[in-house]
Amino acid sequence: MTDIISTPRAAPYQSDDFAARLRKRYAAERRFKMYGIAAIAIALGMLAVLLASIVSQGYTAFAQHDLSLEIYFDPAEIDPQGTRDEATLSGANYAALARQSLQAAFPEVESRTERRRLNAIVSNGAGFELRQMVMDNPDLIGTRQTVRLALASDYDQLLKGNIDRDVPEANRKVSDQQIQWIDKLVSNGNIVNGWNWRLFMNGDSRDPELAGLKAGIVGSLLTLAVTLGLAIPIGISAAVYLEEFAPKNKLTDLIEVNINNLAAVPSIVFGLLGLAVFLNAFNMPRSAPVVGGIVLALMTLPTIIIASRAALKAVPPSIREAALGVGASPLQVVTHHVLPLAMPGIMTGIIIGMAHALGETAPLLMIGMIAFIVDTPGGFGDAATVLPVQIFMWADSPERGFVERTSAAIMVLLAFLIAMNAIAVVLRKRFERRW
Amino acid sequence: MPVTTFLLVLLLLSFAGFQLGRTTAVSSAGGRLSRLHSVPSYYGLYVAMWVGLPALILFALWTGLEGIVVNNMVRASLPASITSLSAQEINLIMVDIHNLAYGNITSRVPEPALTAAADYYNHLRGIGNGALAVVMLALACAGLFFAKGRIHPKLRARNQVEQVVNVILILCSLVAILTTVGIVLSLLFEAIRFFTKVPPAEFLLGLHWSPQTAIRADQVASDGAFGAVPLFTGTLLIAAIAMAVAVPLGLMSAIYMSEYAPSKVRGTVKPILEILAGIPTVVYGFFAALTMAPFVRDVGQSLGFGVSSESALAAGVVMGIMIIPFVSSLSDDIINAVPQSLRDGSYGLGATKSETIRNVVLPAALPGIVGAVLLAVSRAIGETMIVVMAAGLAANLTGNPLDAVSTVTVQIATLLVGDQEFDSAKTLSAFGLGLVLFTVTLTLNIIALRVVRKYREKYD
Repeated sequence: MTDIISTPRAAPYQSDDFAARLRKRYAAERRFKMYGIAAIAIALGMLAVLLASIVSQGYTAFAQHDLSLEIYFDPAEIDPQGTRDEATLSGANYAALARQSLQAAFPEVESRTERRRLNAIVSNGAGFELRQMVMDNPDLIGTRQTVRLALASDYDQLLKGNIDRDVPEANRKVSDQQIQWIDKLVSNGNIVNGWNWRLFMNGDSRDPELAGLKAGIVGSLLTLAVTLGLAIPIGISAAVYLEEFAPKNKLTDLIEVNINNLAAVPSIVFGLLGLAVFLNAFNMPRSAPVVGGIVLALMTLPTIIIASRAALKAVPPSIREAALGVGASPLQVVTHHVLPLAMPGIMTGIIIGMAHALGETAPLLMIGMIAFIVDTPGGFGDAATVLPVQIFMWADSPERGFVERTSAAIMVLLAFLIAMNAIAVVLRKRFERRW
Repeated sequence: MPVTTFLLVLLLLSFAGFQLGRTTAVSSAGGRLSRLHSVPSYYGLYVAMWVGLPALILFALWTGLEGIVVNNMVRASLPASITSLSAQEINLIMVDIHNLAYGNITSRVPEPALTAAADYYNHLRGIGNGALAVVMLALACAGLFFAKGRIHPKLRARNQVEQVVNVILILCSLVAILTTVGIVLSLLFEAIRFFTKVPPAEFLLGLHWSPQTAIRADQVASDGAFGAVPLFTGTLLIAAIAMAVAVPLGLMSAIYMSEYAPSKVRGTVKPILEILAGIPTVVYGFFAALTMAPFVRDVGQSLGFGVSSESALAAGVVMGIMIIPFVSSLSDDIINAVPQSLRDGSYGLGATKSETIRNVVLPAALPGIVGAVLLAVSRAIGETMIVVMAAGLAANLTGNPLDAVSTVTVQIATLLVGDQEFDSAKTLSAFGLGLVLFTVTLTLNIIALRVVRKYREKYD
């Protein structure tokens, strides 16, 4: 377009002033377009920074360094009487076994304080891991086995390079001597790096190296099951009624205004509702997936109703008229023809609503789903936590190991959300019909 | 778990009723289906409804009321030494009885009176469950026989079934109203209790917020000041920063996408931008607290400003990023709704594209965009996790974006997380704040929806 200016023609209004004005206008045009591109670039750049910062902080958490130690399952320590009684087995001092094995690797360490520092290399959870092995297989007692035990988080972070060795010793969580020990363990092949099963198989823990997401994931699934069970039938029924049957009157108007407004009510207000109504008035259990599920269902209902109504509206009236014409009742028209045709759109709305519910945190804090949950919840009434709340709790912990694990937990949550949205996209692509 | 067994048994019974109803109907017509008023499966559904619905309604009623009834009976059975205590202490004791009954850890060594009450509690619940099972079964069977007796070729089964379905559909759409009523009542009820302790004027106009009241007399705590103005200004400050980020970026990207971008670019960029809307807020909070806040602080310090590590700026900017897709998709719709004839007229007069956008499209779309921005503001005010994680707890009355401020949602969340007692002003104040939050966001939404609707009507 600009070459119009550069090739002067014998136009009656052509003048230097005119050319200058036109240049200015075209420059303004280009600038304006640049602003648009810049805005999009900034927004996408922010998204990239957000994702990159989380991935770069979190990807290391999917691998973890373990101590590979030869443990002598000493019968004198575990089961002196040889009864193989469960209470005796579970009460034994397994941490001592791990410590003995570690000290055997460093015979030169003798003073008590040094030994204590050496012992700090093994995680506090090593004893529990050994106990679990023995409880699962009591035949281990009296044998020597090479087992993998959790390395305390600080040393894991040291080996991953997250704790800087060049920092002066006083400002570092790991002493020079401990670094030497770790290096010796590495050169002896006592430290192995592998897939971090603990992140997925453990519940929450105060020790970063042991903390896992299992309780949170199971809690999220239970909560979502309740949400789905309530939101799908109620949401679809409400949408069908409002779109297909509702007479135009004050009540219908009121319901519609209500749904639109509920869609924009802050989520924390739904938490207040859950706290005041379900916990205090109905005495339902605190921290339970059933209450969380109900609150999230109420929160996602407007989204689902609005999406379902749009899907129902997209079904052309000719379908309804044809069905009515061959003698179907109004309800049969809907259940036999309109609903099946609208189903892909409704499913998309439901999945998006569920993805929203899966990522929601604030209302669940209100109803006490912020408990410290080590055991996997077994039912809808048990105390539970959910994935986003687990992230919130870990984000509050100052240890470097938890920063890494929080980012990893976020990656797991995002993976779930991406999977759900991908299903929604595929559904829409496969079944979408243009009428 | 008895609940699932109850429901499963009921489901099986209804299914049996369905089969029975269908076969009865077919045999009553002597095998000639044309003599039946409805298709046989409607007779089946008719019986199944009579079996399932009354029992289900009873079940719902019982699960709603069981806790209250049992609690009152247990409370009435407590010995006089306990009932003479204050209401607060009785509540604590009831909590202990609950915990004992469910085998949880209690706050004190159980006294014999408490264990007795817990046993009584479990006993009552046992009786209740047993009675419920018997009555539900009886209701289901009664329904079965009643409905089966009424099956006749002339029975208008389809119409009756459809009537019931219609009622169910209406009830489901009333859930939305019930939710609103529930929100309003629960907020109002608790907020009124709060306002009996703290006068509304002090709450809405007071300049000092420090809700930590002493629970015991010997505790060191602040005196409990409930002036919420610092929270309101903090909320507005963060929302304003968020809007300063989200509105220009969101609006400009919407303009570019709807007016300039080729459809291919639009088709790829738009879904990517929508990802921003799908990221959970807790993730934004983590990003704000661990990446943005230190970054803002370091940049500020290198420029010579004293920046708090929980600055309003960091939380506001991240919140703005979250709201970008919200603003852009709403504005996109609104800009697309401006009739092409307006643009064509402007081009015909020789205006460039940007001149058309600035002088014709945007003024025409302005009411709609204002509505979109209002909706975005309401979302920024109600956003919780970002500010809980990245903004502070200290309620400073300041307009400086580099200071730490606290917001309404942060206070609600922190006041109500963990164990609470439900009669202190501290806990109740969260409901007062919730009421304010709900009212403000609701008003903003209503205005915004009005504006958007008016605007749509103009061009339809």
